[in-house]
This record gives sequence, C-alpha cells and structure tokens, in this order.
Amino acid sequence: MIEQFFAQMPALVIVLPLLAAPMCVLLHRAALAWFVYLITAWACFGLAFLLFVQVKIGGPISYAMGGWPPPFGIELVLDSFNTVVLLLVTGIGAICSLYAKASVAAEIARERAYLFYAAMLLCLCGLAGITVTGDAFNLFVFLEISSLSSYGLIAMGAKRRALLSAFQYLIMGTIGGTFMLIGIGFLYMMTGSLNMADIAERLPAVADTRTVEAGLAFIVVGASLKFALFPLHVWLPNAYTYAPSSVSAFIAATATKVAVYALMRFLFTVFGAAYAFDELPLGEVLMVLAVVAMLSGSMAAIFQTDLKRLLAWSSIAQIGYIVMGFALASSAGITASVTHMVNHGIIKGALFMAAGALFWRLRTISLNDIAGLGKHMPWTSAAFVLAGLSLIGVPATGGFISKWVLLEAVIEPGHYWLAVAILVSSLMALIYIGRVVESLYFRERTEGQAVPGEAPPIMLVATWTLVLANIAIGVHATPLVGAAERAATALLGGGA
Amino acid sequence: MAEIADNFFGLFNYWVVIVLMMIGFYTVISHDNLVKKLIGLNLFQTAVFVFYISMGKIAGSTAPILMHGPGSEDVLYAHPLPHVLILTAIVVGVSTTALGLALVVRINEAYGSIEEDDVLAADFETQEAESETEAQRKARADARHAEAEADEEYDDGSEDPRSPEQRAADNEDKEPRS
Amino acid sequence: MNEIWLALLVGFPAVMSLAVAASGRWPNLRETVSIATSIALFAGVASFIGPVTAGARPSVTLLEVLPGIGLTFTLEPLGLLFALVASGLWSLTTLYAAGYMRGNEEHAQTRFFVCFALAISAAIGIAFAGNLLTLFIFYEMLTLSTYPLVTHHGDTESRNGGRVYLGILLTTSIGFFLPAIIITYLVSGSITFTAGGLFGNAGLSVLGAGALYVLFLYGTGKAALMPFHRWLPAAMVAPTPVSALLHAVAVVKAGVFIVLKLTVYVFGVDYLAETGASQLMMWVAAVTVLGASLIAMTRDNLKARLAYSTVSQLSYIVLGATMASSLGILGGGMHIAMHAFAKITLFFCAGAIYTATHRKYVSELDGLGYAMPITFSAFFIASLSLVGIPPMGGIWSKWYLMEGAADAGQSALIVVLAISSLLNIVYLLEIPTRAFFHNPRPDTPRRWQEAPWACVIPLSITAAGSIVWFLYPLPFLQLLAPWAPQ
Repeated sequence: MIEQFFAQMPALVIVLPLLAAPMCVLLHRAALAWFVYLITAWACFGLAFLLFVQVKIGGPISYAMGGWPPPFGIELVLDSFNTVVLLLVTGIGAICSLYAKASVAAEIARERAYLFYAAMLLCLCGLAGITVTGDAFNLFVFLEISSLSSYGLIAMGAKRRALLSAFQYLIMGTIGGTFMLIGIGFLYMMTGSLNMADIAERLPAVADTRTVEAGLAFIVVGASLKFALFPLHVWLPNAYTYAPSSVSAFIAATATKVAVYALMRFLFTVFGAAYAFDELPLGEVLMVLAVVAMLSGSMAAIFQTDLKRLLAWSSIAQIGYIVMGFALASSAGITASVTHMVNHGIIKGALFMAAGALFWRLRTISLNDIAGLGKHMPWTSAAFVLAGLSLIGVPATGGFISKWVLLEAVIEPGHYWLAVAILVSSLMALIYIGRVVESLYFRERTEGQAVPGEAPPIMLVATWTLVLANIAIGVHATPLVGAAERAATALLGGGA
Repeated sequence: MAEIADNFFGLFNYWVVIVLMMIGFYTVISHDNLVKKLIGLNLFQTAVFVFYISMGKIAGSTAPILMHGPGSEDVLYAHPLPHVLILTAIVVGVSTTALGLALVVRINEAYGSIEEDDVLAADFETQEAESETEAQRKARADARHAEAEADEEYDDGSEDPRSPEQRAADNEDKEPRS
Repeated sequence: MNEIWLALLVGFPAVMSLAVAASGRWPNLRETVSIATSIALFAGVASFIGPVTAGARPSVTLLEVLPGIGLTFTLEPLGLLFALVASGLWSLTTLYAAGYMRGNEEHAQTRFFVCFALAISAAIGIAFAGNLLTLFIFYEMLTLSTYPLVTHHGDTESRNGGRVYLGILLTTSIGFFLPAIIITYLVSGSITFTAGGLFGNAGLSVLGAGALYVLFLYGTGKAALMPFHRWLPAAMVAPTPVSALLHAVAVVKAGVFIVLKLTVYVFGVDYLAETGASQLMMWVAAVTVLGASLIAMTRDNLKARLAYSTVSQLSYIVLGATMASSLGILGGGMHIAMHAFAKITLFFCAGAIYTATHRKYVSELDGLGYAMPITFSAFFIASLSLVGIPPMGGIWSKWYLMEGAADAGQSALIVVLAISSLLNIVYLLEIPTRAFFHNPRPDTPRRWQEAPWACVIPLSITAAGSIVWFLYPLPFLQLLAPWAPQ
C-alpha cells in the first residue's frame, strides 16, 4: 500500500492540485475553498519533500504516465535538478496558501474568492507540471496552464489597471508560449520524438541542420519571454505591480524560476551544453543580456516610487544573475544559478509578502505612503529590511550565498568584468532598498495619512517563515549548495 | 529557376505558415484595438497549427484510420501524432482567446473603451490626479516640516560660518546635538 | 579549557541584548544588565589570556556555511588583544553611556543599549574569526548593528550621516572585500587564517598579490584609508558614547585589526616582505596619516577634529602592517590598545564637555579648564599619549613602529611618523592649552561644573590607563610575543 503510494508520488504532485481546483469551484464557499487550497498546497509540499529525499537517496525516478512506457507515453522524470525546483515551487505555494487567506479577504470580492483559489491551484499544478515532466510537448501544455491561470489571477487585482496589465501579459505570454511550441515542432520534425531524453539521443545525428538551430532559437526566445529576460521584460513590471498581493508573491517567487528551469532543461538535457554553448554562441549572447538586465533592472528600480514596481524591476535584475550563472555553462555556473533560483524565490516571496502586508493596511504602496511605518508596523518593516539585506548580499543571508557561488563561478574562468557587473548591481540594490528603509524608518507620517496597526498575524507568520528560511540558508547553506551541485552534475552529465 | 520554383512549391505549406504568422504578428504589434490584437494572436497561433498539421502529412498518404485491424492493409497513412498534439494546442488557443476576450469585456466596462491608447490615456490621467493630490499633501507636510526643522543645525564637521561669539549666543537659547 | 566557550562568548552579548530589550521599562535594571554583561564578557575573554600566551590556539567550528567553509572561531594573540580592548572598554562605556544618555535626556535609550550589545557581539566575532568568511559575516553585522546607533537622532542630519556611513562601508566591503575573499579562495584553495599566510606556493604573481592586497585593504572600509575615510567624520552625528566606543575603539579597531590579521595570517609578513606587495598601500597609509592630520587642524568642531585624528592614527596601524616587519605588527598591535585608551578618553571628554556645558567647538573652550579640571586633565594626558610623549603608553607603540620601519629599511616612514607627531601636538594640545591658559569668555563658568560622575569616572580610569601602560607594557609584549624581539 505504502509502496504503491510512493510509486505514484510523481503523478500525485500534479494530479492533486488539478483535482482540487474544480473542487474549489464546486464548494463555492470562500472559507471551504481556502481550506481545500491550503490542504492541497501543503500536501504537494510534503510530496515534493518526499520526492526530494527519495531522489537524493535513490537516484532519478522515471514515471510512465498511464502505464505507457516512454518514449511513447508521457514520462515524468525526477532528478536532482527538478526536485529542487519542485521543492521551491510547492514550498512557496504552501506558504502563500497561508498568506492568501487574509490578503484575499481584503482584496477580492467574497463571491469570487473561490475562483481565485481554484486559479491558484491551477497555477500551482501548471508550475509543478513543467517541473516534473520529461516530455517536451507536455511541458508546453503545463506552461500554458500556469500562464492562463496567472493571467486570470493578475486580472483580479484591485485597481482597474490590473486588467490591461493582464491583457498585455496575455499577449506577450502567448507569443512566448507559441514560440516554444514552434521550437518543439522543429525538434519533433527532425527527431520524431517528444520525450526529452529520447530527443537528446537522436539529436546529435541531425544537429547541424538549420531546422534544429531554428528550433533552439525559438525555444530560447520563447522561454526568455516567459522569464522576462531583458529586452523581453516589458510585461513584468505592470503585471507584478497590479496583481493581488498573494499572486505577486507567488508568481514573482516561482513562475520566472520555472521558466528558467524549462530553458535550462532544454539547453542542457535536450540540446546538450556542447551544442548550445560551444557550437553556437549562445553563452555570450545570454551573458550580455544578463549583464544589461542586471544593470538596467537595478537602475530602473532605483527610480521607482511604487514599492511593488520597485520589487518587480529588481526581479528583472535578479533574473540576470540566474541567467548569467547558467550562461557560463560550467558546473559552478549552474550551481550558482540553481542556488540563486531558490534564494531569490524565497527573498522575493518575502519582500512581496511584506509589501502585501503594507498594502493590506494602506490600500496603496507608494514610498510616500509607507513613510514612518517602521514604528507602526514593526514586524512587517523588519521583515522587509531583513529580506532586503539579503537582496543586497549581506552575509548570513541567502542572497550572500548566491553572490558567493556566482562570483566564484565567474572569477574562476577569469571573467572579471562580469564580477564587476554583479557587484555594481548589488550596490544598486543597496540604493533602492535603502530608499525603502529610509522611507519606513526616517520619515514621519504626515497629517492626512492614516496611522495603521500591524498586519494580521497569519500574514506575518507567512512572511517571517520565508525571512527565517532565508537566514537559515545564510548561516548553513551546505544543504542548498550541495543540492545545487548535484543538480549541476545531473544537468551536465547529460542524463535526465 | 526550376530549383527556386521547386523550393517554393515543394515548401508551399511553410510559405503559407510564414505569411500567416507574420500577418498575425504584425496585427498584434500594430493595432491599437484590443480585439484586433486578439485576432492577430489567433492568426499567429493558427499558423503554428497549420505548421504542425502539414508536418504530419506524407505525400500520397491517407487519413490514419484503421479499417480492418492493424497490419492488414498496405496503405500509407499520414502521421497522426502531430494532429493529435495540435488538438491540444487548439484547446489552449481557444482558452487563451476566451480569457483575452473576457479581459477585453472587463476593460470595456472599466474604461468605456477597447482602444489601448484610450485606456493608457485614462490611466495616465488617474496617475496625474493621484500624484497631484499626493504632491499637494506633501507640500503641506513639507511646509510644516520646514518650520519644525528651520532651527535644526547642520554639522558634519565642516566649519561653522558664524563667529564664536554668535555661536555661543546661539547655544544659550537652544541645545544643538553633540 | 573548553573551545565552545569561544562561540558562547561571541553569542553572549547578542543573547543578553534580549534581556536588555526586555528590561527596557526599568532603566536602572537595564543598565545593570548591560554593565554586568560587559564585565562578565571581559572576564570570559580574559580567561583565555593564560592559555593563548602559553601558545594554545583554541578553535571551534559551529556550522558549515558553505561546503568546506565553516563558521569557525579561532583564538590567536592579535584577536585576543582586540577582544580584550573592545570588551574591557565596553564596560566603561556602558557606565559612561548611562550617565550621558540620561544627562542629555536622549530618546530610545533601550534601542541604543540593545544595538550596543549587538555591536560588541559582532566585534568579538571579528576578533575570534577563524576564517575570512566568518570574519566577513561579523564585519557586516558590525556595520549594520551600528547603523541605528549612528542615526540615533532620526533627523535629516543623522539620516545623511547614516547614508554616508552605510554607503561607504557596505560599498567597500561588498565591492572589494567579498571578491578579494573569493579570489583568495580560488587561488589558494583555502580561506582559513594560517600562520605564515596562504599564498606561499600558490603561484600568485607579485602584481596579483599587490592588487589583492589593495582590494583587501580598501575592502576593509572600517580602516578608513583615504579616500574611503569619509564615513568616520559622518558617523560623528551619533551620540558621543557611540563615537567613543565604536568610532574610537570597536568599529575602527575592527578595521585595522583586520588589516593586521590579513597581513599576518592571509599574506604572511615574510611573503609581503619578499614580494613587496604591500608597498603601494604603505604609501597610501602614509598619505592618510599626514593628510588626515592636516584636515584635523582645520576643524573647529571638537568631535570632527577627533574623528580626523582617528583617521590619521588608524593609518599608523596600517603602516605597521604594510611595512611587512614583525616589529611593525607588534607596534601596530600595541597601538590598537594605546590609541583605544587615549582616543576613548578624548571622546569621553568631548561628551562630558557637551553634557556639562553644551559646547562642541574648540573655539568655545577658552578658560573652561577651571570649571572642568578633571576632564581637561584627562584630555591632556590622552593627548600626550597620542603624541607619544613619556610617561604615556603611546610612546611604546610609536617606538616599535619606528623600529619596525628602520628594520624594514623604510626610513622615510620614520620621517612621516615624526611629522605626524608634530601635527598631533598642534591640533590636540591646542585644546587643553585653550582651556587652561586662555582668558575665559564672559559666559564661561568659573565655578566647578563637571559632568555627572558616571561620565567623569570612566574618563579618569581610561586616562589613568594610558599612564599605567607606560609603566607596565609587559602584558602587551607577552601577548604579542610571536612578534616581539627576542
């Protein structure tokens, strides 16, 4: 019995939220729907943890969906790389499920709340699906499931500007998704297979054709649109700014990371590092874009007056770090990428949650409106400061660990100018986080500004869980870096 | 010449895909009207559907329907897998369109227009109005703040312009910080 | 002797800061907790003197932060010296702070004492750090825990001061120190402090070693080498006890202590002497010594003058490190203690003058010596110690620095040190001279008007310390025996 359960875990992690979503709709009551969401999200987290441990002990798992053996049926593959990403996605999802209760009650009409929870579950299902699937077309389908639900979620934002932001995201996201579809089509034309491991085996024979090159190009551009690599980032600031707080926190922490995961999966597992980075100059292109993203994103963040938009721009910069890591195509580089994926997921989740807690009280989030809140909302403000320090890369926080491994990865091959770019971007983070801190602690609330109390405990618990997780990583990063190193080995070993 | 013609007619389906795709893409980019944008997006996706469907077609093949059980006939079938795949993609496309249209309806309710320019202009106006009230509030606050801080002394270790006597006099009536 | 005590000592003030926070409502209890903590900490640190002098190097690793790199504490003579100075002066400063904060009716006193305890915890962490990563963690913790102290008043002025403070310290540490650590790790394969250095046979070119040394020294922004010294005067917006302990002792000494530690345990004195990789920074330090003295002469604000004097004196210690001679290390190490005693006295005096008369400009002090004889006598003693005139302790460190310069064949440095002493006389002795020999201004009090006893007692003790160390410098020589002449 228990063995049966263990054997079915890879599928359960997708099927559970997929089944729970219609249940939310059927239950219809906001409180019940939230309960279903909460249980499902935590169950997925539990499953992801078990899978992580199982892979760590027993090596990669392959699961044939519906009993059809690969490469004919859809295969779910779990290795040291995607269990880490899965753990991040479901972990953030679980914590968001706690956070969502209070934030949804304040931001979304009661009669529509159950739809919100259903969409969150679908989004979770899509993101988990992208992570675990070993089938290229299946990946596209899950990508669209997560994207479609996130368009809907963003459109639920309190301001009417959320609608146009969601629409713009929909246009850009669909183009990105369709590009990936074209790329997958090209690969299928040349190899006659959709199973990633199978494609990888057959690809070298036909690698020198223009079709495969075009396929690679389409997949890279499509995925880059999804994770908002400069200059394909224009949808991101608006989408993150106007989305409901819990959606910003969840999507900012997970969606872009999963899209990066998808690209890395294609580049390293399907095409192989030698093809993508040695024969084609992809590494150089990505590296330049990453540097521009880091600098321009941080620069733009400095000049924002809306807190959530500031964080959104900072996300664009942070994506640059992640891309830079894997663009090096070295073991150290991929380790840095994976480490920063997790760390940035946790940091940005915490920051958006803290911003959401401020929004919950104030209904607005510009730097002027949060002036002087350090006194009135001490826990929220302190959480923001700690997570912000991590973004700068202060030691004993997760962000420092990311920076350490990334710097190690770029300095080792002698890319000193990349190291300079990373450090400059970190120092720009000091400026934009500093602006928020000064607003929170060094300005007084002026007349006409409400003096709010602290945010509800459940929001604080969620936020502080992430903040503490971040600090825990900062002082004891060996498990994370070890997992990231195993992921890099799995990716570069060529095996799925 | 013949080669070019061969290229053109031999890859006819791909030319159709490219043209269709570019028309769609151009429409998405160039049009202001949100519905037209969605139509463009649909064209764009349809081009990809055509691409997949034509990919599965083998010259001289027939529809992959087994009439008398597997292996009993010697007939060339079209490859069914891409067709099945694209059914899924069509479903994705339809849901995207549906969601997009729903958003357009909501935008129309909220702004009274489905022209992107109008919507952006309306947003800009709200933003202006918001920042104006904010600026007024801030100006009032600053004025009060300035009064309160007027007698604050700034000192970063630079030379004080006042003479020692005056400084001493100043220090009598207020207490600068050390 | 149990190694785990090292970690406990580092954590002790941080844990006690919670007790301080909890007792915030009862100021007497809060200050008692603070003072008791500081004395217990000093006793704990002092209990290591015996074993370390005997040659023990206790070490403990708590957590593995990164694979192969742990949160490690290792005790060696320089670290013990710094920890003793920081924790010993902390107890005096707590007493002083209690008097000062109450005398000036400062706000948010609990936050003040909590951050103070955290800062000491970080300083002890720096002193005990066993590798560069641990050092870096506590270095940044020290920066961040002192930021609320610098910006204590919360007005525009302190916000601007805080910006400069945090801006320079974080920029230099993240921009220079962090990459320097990583390069060290990649080149030598280790970041553990090792006697004799890490680069012995790492194949680092002389130019590379020099560049790395520059990165490390400018990365240690707390050492206030020009042109990254601006944060120190900017930090003077803080209340005086903060300036006294942190910006005369803990924070700046952490900076120069790191410079010494890097020189001895990362590069190795012999390695630097062979390659000459520290030459460039030696001249930077020489320029800082003279430049800061010249700037100090132009400052009328007493605390600003003392701040620039600190910038100048810090570079003495950097000179001691960069001249790459073990006598220089001895002189630098001793100067950490001598300057700490002298400078904390000067800041205590500045604070006492402010508390008693609300004066903070040098030109206002004419004739004040009759009203505040104890304060100005202490000021006089401490000034003499900084100038390096017997019978004050400052002579010893300057002696060994000069001897080290001669030993290293850098006779120009002897001239620099001599000129700097003359400049010290000009800008420091002017103050007691004005107080005792100039005609008092009409509004200057003639009657006895000392600051509260809680302020006067600590400054008397530290001033007496300067004299005691002249008569009895043996403890330092014993502690720093590895670098002392045989």
